[in-house]
Amino acid sequence: MIMNETMLDIKDLTIHYESEGGTVHAVEGLNLTLGRGESLGFVGETGAGKTTTALGIMRLISSVNGKIKSGEIIFNGENLLTKSEAEMRKIRGGKIAMIFQDPMTSLNPVMTVDKQIAEMIALHKNVSKSEALKLAGDMLELVGIRRERMHDYPHQFSGGMKQRVVIAIALACDPELLIADEPTTALDVTIQAQVLELMKELKQKFSASMILITHDLGIVADICDKVAIMYAGRVVEYADKRSLYTNPIHPYTRGLFRSVPDIDEDVDELPVIPGLMPDPVNLPSGCAFHPRCSMASEECAKVRPEMQEAEPGHYAACPFCVKKFINGEAM
Amino acid sequence: MSTEIIPELSRKKRGPFMDVMMRLAKSPLAMFGLAIIFVLVFCAVFAEVISPYSPIKQDLMHMFETPSAQHWLGTDEFGRDILSRLIYGARVSLQVGFIAVGIALVTGGMLGAISGYYTGWLDNCIMRVMDVLLSIPQTLLVIAIVAALGPSLMNLMIAVGISAVPTYARIVRGSVLSIRSMEFIEAARAAGSSDLRIILKHIIPNSMAPIIVQSTLGVASAILNAAGLSFIGLGIQPPNPEWGAMLSGGRQYIRDFPHMTLYPGLAIMLTILALNFLGDGLRDALDPKLKR
Amino acid sequence: MDGAYIRVENLKKYFPTKRGMLHAVDDVSFEIMKGETLGLVGESGCGKSTLGRCLIRLLDSTSGKVLLKNADDDGCIDITKATPSEMKALRKRVQIVFQDPYSCLNPRLSVWELIAEPLIVNKIYSNKNEMRRKIRSLMDTVGLAERLENSYPHELDGGRRQRIGIARSLALNPEFIVLDEPVSALDVCIQAQILNLLNELQKEFSYTYVFISHNLSVVRHVSDRIAVMYLGQIVELTEYRELFRSPLHPYTQALLSAIPLAKLDVNRERIILEGDVPSPIEPPNACRFAGRCRYAKEICRNTPPALREVMTGHYAACHFAKEN
Repeated sequence: MIMNETMLDIKDLTIHYESEGGTVHAVEGLNLTLGRGESLGFVGETGAGKTTTALGIMRLISSVNGKIKSGEIIFNGENLLTKSEAEMRKIRGGKIAMIFQDPMTSLNPVMTVDKQIAEMIALHKNVSKSEALKLAGDMLELVGIRRERMHDYPHQFSGGMKQRVVIAIALACDPELLIADEPTTALDVTIQAQVLELMKELKQKFSASMILITHDLGIVADICDKVAIMYAGRVVEYADKRSLYTNPIHPYTRGLFRSVPDIDEDVDELPVIPGLMPDPVNLPSGCAFHPRCSMASEECAKVRPEMQEAEPGHYAACPFCVKKFINGEAM
Repeated sequence: MSTEIIPELSRKKRGPFMDVMMRLAKSPLAMFGLAIIFVLVFCAVFAEVISPYSPIKQDLMHMFETPSAQHWLGTDEFGRDILSRLIYGARVSLQVGFIAVGIALVTGGMLGAISGYYTGWLDNCIMRVMDVLLSIPQTLLVIAIVAALGPSLMNLMIAVGISAVPTYARIVRGSVLSIRSMEFIEAARAAGSSDLRIILKHIIPNSMAPIIVQSTLGVASAILNAAGLSFIGLGIQPPNPEWGAMLSGGRQYIRDFPHMTLYPGLAIMLTILALNFLGDGLRDALDPKLKR
Repeated sequence: MDGAYIRVENLKKYFPTKRGMLHAVDDVSFEIMKGETLGLVGESGCGKSTLGRCLIRLLDSTSGKVLLKNADDDGCIDITKATPSEMKALRKRVQIVFQDPYSCLNPRLSVWELIAEPLIVNKIYSNKNEMRRKIRSLMDTVGLAERLENSYPHELDGGRRQRIGIARSLALNPEFIVLDEPVSALDVCIQAQILNLLNELQKEFSYTYVFISHNLSVVRHVSDRIAVMYLGQIVELTEYRELFRSPLHPYTQALLSAIPLAKLDVNRERIILEGDVPSPIEPPNACRFAGRCRYAKEICRNTPPALREVMTGHYAACHFAKEN
């Protein structure tokens, strides 16, 4: 596995939706890089723009009201945004695969699971039908489903098993990049543990890069190498897992960590970030977090902060906190 | 405790009815529909005052006249003024349309709401009866009922109404079934609400949308149904004016005197169109989610 | 804490299905003290929500008792057998907050109407002004700005909607509130705000809570004692710190080890359970966890273990649970 070779480089990505209430700034000037073989945890609350970014990479933004306004998505040295629809179809499911949140609705209920996997394989690999079905059986075994069950329909599987099938479909064509959008949110804790364990195992086996979208910092701690924290359409902090979990810098990241109840400690009142996520139609000026930030100054309302390096590989979009961190002051 | 940061719309409290009307007023098509319905209702109410001639007086000197200054829309095979007949006909047609749908809506709605809310054997009984009604062709059913009750305007409305009951019962039951499983029904029960209040306050308002659309279409089909019955002599008795009867009466002269069928046809079309526009507008206006 | 405030005895709730009886809640007994928070955790389908609804009679139980201590004397009333008129009075004492703030509010009613509903149906106020004052004070209590009173639920975010749900359940000044996954549909930041609100309210009005959730860290944060459910039965029940420190039931151990922790370098053995939760329809007369348990022996497949007090105040339903 060669690290540090950039596989995905997103530059200044902006995605807008038109709605009745105005323009929704779902993703606003997002920058992100992902090395080959790395797994990145993409963390944020509902409406932060995580899923939109993922759909943007897949070029699956609804053309009815959505639009990629600007930016570049460089995947293996090529800009995905300039590709034709036919070229994108080859890439989707082939080089870049996606796992959706709800396994209940992402499988076709009237098709047996082996056929669904084989369909994917047939689309992207030059193999015969029987070979594709055989490969489908292999994939199912790989994700821990017995081969006898390959002719079953999705409804005959439980939620956790269905998510395994979804993972099998995603991995069927040996993708270079796997985007998993909240893959375990719909599952129970013990089933989630099973699926996460499986994903860790497969990550080793396939050496694919992965973007794991989640709101759960615990899952990220479990299986990711790098973490990007997203707020109101932008990445506000980006680092390898260790530095981010030991030294969270951005005030939002710190607030996020604190508002999760700890299982080893008793606290009477959870520290909260006051207020709500800003309305994406009407983003605050300057730093989008400033109305909720306890340290905000006038400057924060005026200038949109850029990402700055606080320690090697650890970036945060808060010049004030980065400075404090470098000076070793308490935050 | 409260930490409000994002400014949010705050409105003055209006009555719920005014609220709906204000929202309805924002839809031009719905207003167009409403205007036409008003005109029709006005015609129906003040038919004696505004119609230039008597609708039943025959004038054999002026048969089959095309539109002229005397007879704006021409005359029919007995020399009766078509405009006057249309104005008086609005009375009958609107009555038939609205009352028949009213009968169907109230009976079908109640039956559907009961069977959707209580489920079980009661639901089974009601829905099987509805299935029996549905299995008989609607026109046949109407003919049978009118034949049994005797031809008159009231019986016609009852017959048309009854024949439409199963449709409403099914629609209401379907939406009640989907709404009763929602958590807010349970929440209302936890708050101590009675079954009647739950049905009236929570279930019916939330199942209005499909019913309103169906009702506007239903008025239209009731008008047509009544017209068909008048044609075979079971509905409005001649010489009383009725749009459907006029339409079918003019049918045999359509090659030579198309105006005899054209104007009643236009009247029916315009009414149905207006009802549909109004129905669509109402459905949107009644749904707070679509409010801007 | 003076004696049990609510005593649940052998409560059962079965649902008839085409394939046989579904044992949603199967012979559950426990006590709740006045003013405490009892956490109820378990995975989906374990019967925790059904149990919560049986406690306040939103569902009729199949058999068993839910005894609620009377407010004025030492006697108690069996909620499962209360007459309709008794139930009407009880509705003011026991309340529920629902999981999904999106579907538990009638979309056609405004915030004001939603909060007024319990007051209207129970005919609490004959005077309009008094009711207005009460609604204003409720909105203030749960942290809803007055200007939101004419808004509709879909215009508000999940957190505010959940506040409406809470205001509704507080409207009748209850003593006992079942909180059915009140924060699972919310983002962490909003979740923290709501948890703090519930905590403050309990302190101020000394409510008794049953807090149902699948999220163990949240349950730990709010509960005094925690009951773990598996397939319709309580498998472990104890004080919250004790449960996390020394879980006795193998299921609890697996459940605790599966919590994703937002920390690095946590030293713990992760127990990955094999397979899925078996069907609650006609379950075998045995330990229901036996099929997935790594310690299962012959006895587990033949005899169902009873919930017994292994240590003082620490109950577990496992043949092999012992003091440590």
